Amino acid sequence: MIQGSNMAEAHPVGFQWVMEAKARGAKVYHVDPRFTRTSALADKHVPIRVGTDIAFLGGIINHVLSNDLDFREYVVAYTNAATIVSEDYVDTEDLDGLFSGFDPESRTYDPQSWQYESENGHGAAQADSAADQEHQRETASGMQNESHGMQVGAHPRRDETLQHPRCVFQILKRHYARYTPEMVARTCGVSEEDFLEVAQAWAENSRRDRTTALVYSVGWTQHSVGVQYIRTGAILQLLLGNMGRPGGGIMALRGHASIQGSTDIPTLFNLLPGYLPMPSAGVHDTLDGWIDAVRLPGAKGFWGNARSYGVNLLKAYWGEQATPENDFCFDYMPRLTGDHGTYRTVMDMIDGKVKGYFLLGQNPAVGSAHGRAQRLGMANLDWVVVRDLFEIESATFWKDSPEVETGEIVPEQCRTEVFLMPAASHVEKEGTFTQTQRMLQWREKALEAPGDCRSELWFFYHLGRMVRERYADSTLDRDRPLLDLAWDYPVHGERDEPDAEAVLREINGYEVETGRPLSSFNEMKDDGSTLGGCWIYTGVFKDGVNQAARRKPGSEQSEVAPEWGWAWPANRRMLYNRASADPEGRPWSENKAYLWWDPEAGEAGQWVGKDVPDFELTKSPDYVPPEGSDGVVGIAGNDPFIMQGDGKGALYVPQGLVDGPMPTHYEPVESPFRNPMYGQQGNPVRKEYDRPDNPMNPTPPQLHGEVYPYVFTTSRLTEHHTAGGMSRYVARLAELQPEMFIEVSPTLAEQRGLENGGWATIITARSAIEARVLVTERLVPLRVDGREVHQVWLPYHWGQGGIVTGDSANDLFGISLDPNVLIQESKVGTCDVIAGRRPTGPALRSLVMDHQHRAGVDLDPGSPIVTTGPASEVSQHRDPVERWGPDDDSSDGKTP
Amino acid sequence: MTSLFNEFDLWGPLDPAADAGYGEDKPKRKGFFTDTSICIGCKACEVACKEWNDVPADHFDMTATSYDNSHSLNSNQWRHVAFIEQPRQRQPTVDLGMPTRRPAEDDILGGMLADGAEEAAQDGVPDFRWLMSSDVCKHCTHAACLDVCPTGSLFRSEFGTVVVQDDICNGCGYCVPACPYGVIERRRGPEGAKNVGIAQKCTLCYDRLGAGQQPACSQACPTQSIQFGDVEELRERAEQRVARLHEAGVMDARLYGNDPHDGVGGTGAFFLLLDEPEVYGFPPDPVVTTRDLPRMFRRAGAAAGALLAGAALAFVGRSR
Repeated sequence: MIQGSNMAEAHPVGFQWVMEAKARGAKVYHVDPRFTRTSALADKHVPIRVGTDIAFLGGIINHVLSNDLDFREYVVAYTNAATIVSEDYVDTEDLDGLFSGFDPESRTYDPQSWQYESENGHGAAQADSAADQEHQRETASGMQNESHGMQVGAHPRRDETLQHPRCVFQILKRHYARYTPEMVARTCGVSEEDFLEVAQAWAENSRRDRTTALVYSVGWTQHSVGVQYIRTGAILQLLLGNMGRPGGGIMALRGHASIQGSTDIPTLFNLLPGYLPMPSAGVHDTLDGWIDAVRLPGAKGFWGNARSYGVNLLKAYWGEQATPENDFCFDYMPRLTGDHGTYRTVMDMIDGKVKGYFLLGQNPAVGSAHGRAQRLGMANLDWVVVRDLFEIESATFWKDSPEVETGEIVPEQCRTEVFLMPAASHVEKEGTFTQTQRMLQWREKALEAPGDCRSELWFFYHLGRMVRERYADSTLDRDRPLLDLAWDYPVHGERDEPDAEAVLREINGYEVETGRPLSSFNEMKDDGSTLGGCWIYTGVFKDGVNQAARRKPGSEQSEVAPEWGWAWPANRRMLYNRASADPEGRPWSENKAYLWWDPEAGEAGQWVGKDVPDFELTKSPDYVPPEGSDGVVGIAGNDPFIMQGDGKGALYVPQGLVDGPMPTHYEPVESPFRNPMYGQQGNPVRKEYDRPDNPMNPTPPQLHGEVYPYVFTTSRLTEHHTAGGMSRYVARLAELQPEMFIEVSPTLAEQRGLENGGWATIITARSAIEARVLVTERLVPLRVDGREVHQVWLPYHWGQGGIVTGDSANDLFGISLDPNVLIQESKVGTCDVIAGRRPTGPALRSLVMDHQHRAGVDLDPGSPIVTTGPASEVSQHRDPVERWGPDDDSSDGKTP
Repeated sequence: MTSLFNEFDLWGPLDPAADAGYGEDKPKRKGFFTDTSICIGCKACEVACKEWNDVPADHFDMTATSYDNSHSLNSNQWRHVAFIEQPRQRQPTVDLGMPTRRPAEDDILGGMLADGAEEAAQDGVPDFRWLMSSDVCKHCTHAACLDVCPTGSLFRSEFGTVVVQDDICNGCGYCVPACPYGVIERRRGPEGAKNVGIAQKCTLCYDRLGAGQQPACSQACPTQSIQFGDVEELRERAEQRVARLHEAGVMDARLYGNDPHDGVGGTGAFFLLLDEPEVYGFPPDPVVTTRDLPRMFRRAGAAAGALLAGAALAFVGRSR
């Protein structure tokens, strides 16, 4: 099942394994708004309306539950299906699309009513309030920082018969009862036959003897309900017993090399290495407070050792300065004071609150949503440092961006000083890539980088060294964190290149006294005698050997190929693989044997099989934890999900998601349709930046949506790399897709007078761009809620720089974000499409504003978010301004 | 009268390298099996080929023909990936050279399949196809380009491939119309590129083969759509693949260029296709343009003989 992903096109190297699976008899289904290169190789393509995947998957959940197609034994033993939920919980079924605990003022939930019912009240691990959730939305810490899973009490009440009306299984059943094939067809524009074919194929190819793998990419994540998209996939895979088993799982394909690595060792404002949270001011004021926020006393699982992970990280940062007496320099850690995400930062740049900006391998002028805001923000900085292979648009915005053309940026007056630092490419530096499977692969340097081009490692090591030299004489307390840093790496060669293996060794961790590399995070101590930069990577330098550099061919080892590279954690190739055996520890079936309990092995039995067990090696399947235990000891012998607070896979999430315990279909922020399922239109707690420079197209129940009647989505082509910085400047790549284009169906082409190979202009409330027209039957109009809807597609690779130039699709998007992780909704929006090229100069803004004016956007740039209950009474209508066609007065965008 | 040529010198089955005079210790014939059923149209082959062989990038205009922006095989395009969008209700015949065929007007009914398409789907034929295929020089068993080359620039390598020697080619262009596939061409530009005016085409990476490497394109292919190897073994593999696809219900699968009895004696680079060759822009029944030489020579010889005989008779008659 490939959904929300164009795997063949955006991940062609990984797609070889899909082709191999297909050659061995696997069936491949592709659910996607348009027919892509992935669809071309799939057995079946199902076109779907953009932004309705939860409705589609919810329909399959309903199909599975109403026809008893779930893998019941697995579901009862390994998920929280049996867990009983608080009697205060009220579902979206009864609240028109909202869950209980909603506060329309702050648009947050108080999740107390979502909690598990506990024998003795709510456990300490279940203590969030509405204020907590508001804070979590600001700091993207809703899911306890991405990998924590839900933090719940270790021993909730259960009904293993699944009959209790408030058990998760029954709640799930009720929640999805509305997602019938008819409703799926009405909402998604998918025929009932196609829907049922996918649902049946998925269910039939799952359970004891078979497994189904699910693949998604940013087609799922980049939505205002993005996290819940993935939750829907997770629920389905758990119901069908496809998690922790060979051939199953959920493959989250990463966008390019080492994006996985850049969340493990993050370039994110809210995370520290190994998914430890960045401390927040007023929340994590002490080391103990910070550790407890991760460990959550009372919860089961390996986060119970959080103190070791945190202390080892602090020791890696501040070395011998970090001692038990000074809480390992915890007070040196910066603190979050709110939303410091990339989009908040852009708004702050526009508002003059940000002075400097580092861009490394990133081209936000082209690659980030709302390109105009990105460029106007950068034009209001004191300085920007751009490290890239070429002089990309984020370095030239001050002299040749679309805003220069419209007069919004005047090169002579733009005050931003740009420092362009040439970067070494991936073949000109050594280090690791961490890919989708959490596998680290070491890269050798193939050749010396030319001229002044340098690696990131070189740049940051020497930048840090030089900054520290300038502060060396400071006696100010505030400079101690900088001066006390352990910042000494061996360098080599004429260029003083830091030794990347030395960095990997520090990330792995070692005994401070002896320098002996740690072989597993279980060796980490919380007393300062060991240090390690990223606990989940411990073992990559096991025995002093760079395990990531291993290159034993697959033909010379088992099918799991444990000796190719190294996968975190502990070189485990499949997470939660305890679930590949039944509760008694036997393989579910011979066909799907992967890990099993061998009572003869070791002294008193061991887990054996094809992979490193994701379970304590000698903990037997019948182990029952002592009463009231938590942490690792609290994990029972049949609790495969060892990072979850109750050891179970989460069909229902009482804690950790700020937008509800179960996924619910909400319309995209910009949609031509009223939500067919509930009164609540969009995600009620989404993160919005309601400002005049971030206008949104009107969406029902607002009027005038017809000004932007079409749905557009964007994605990538094989031939280009993301924002084009690595492809548009290279002739042999640039010629393969030389021009920005828009894909439209023949029907829409006829409606709008678009000619194949001609030009079209695409307009939203943010901007207007032009593109060559590609008329193709790979796009078909869909029938949704009784109406025909046209979807168009745009690649987002172009900007004004490079050998081949073109307008940037990201200019069309506004900024609205998922409330759990603050990812932008950049897979769906509404637009107008007209034939011909766009106007140039100031007339471009006039065109945009004329549309805004017709839609009433200039009067009210935001849209009502709560559209159910009493709160929905407010401002559903923008002032109806009926003015169609050009009008001279509208050129200044003011109200007539 | 004995022929100037052996029976299979100019057509039919043959080991081309042996025929060219390479001894027993020559390597086995090398070639490509391009399995278009697993091509994902990524164009990595095009890029790898250009990078390795320093083939210029010179075409920066969008063709608006599906995702095909490299047009065709030519002197600056030694690999070319074709993209063919096949809408619902495929016709039994195809328009030559047109990559897209328009459906009947009533084909699309608000996103629902037309009746015809449903029937087609029931037949096991998908309702919409996007075919992709990476084309390349065929390295014919009987290569007309080589046969007509007056300078000896084009030669048969020990691997059985056909290679241009840039420093010997004089740019006469005889090879260009001789090729039944329209592969070889004189490089016309861009200005400053090497070998302008010289005939250029795929060498099956002769330099890499000599170093024990496989060609750049097959090395770069992520899905093994382009497979490099011994032609004999590849032909067997291709037969098996077609049989497997037929078993799986893909009845359109067929091989193109694998038959040693075809008009060019089989090709060193052959293909698994999912439709008629014309759909991909291949000639349906290519014939080596020098195939008729023996017949032409025989007829010319017969004519000359007849003339001579007539002349002789005339003398004989006179002498009486």
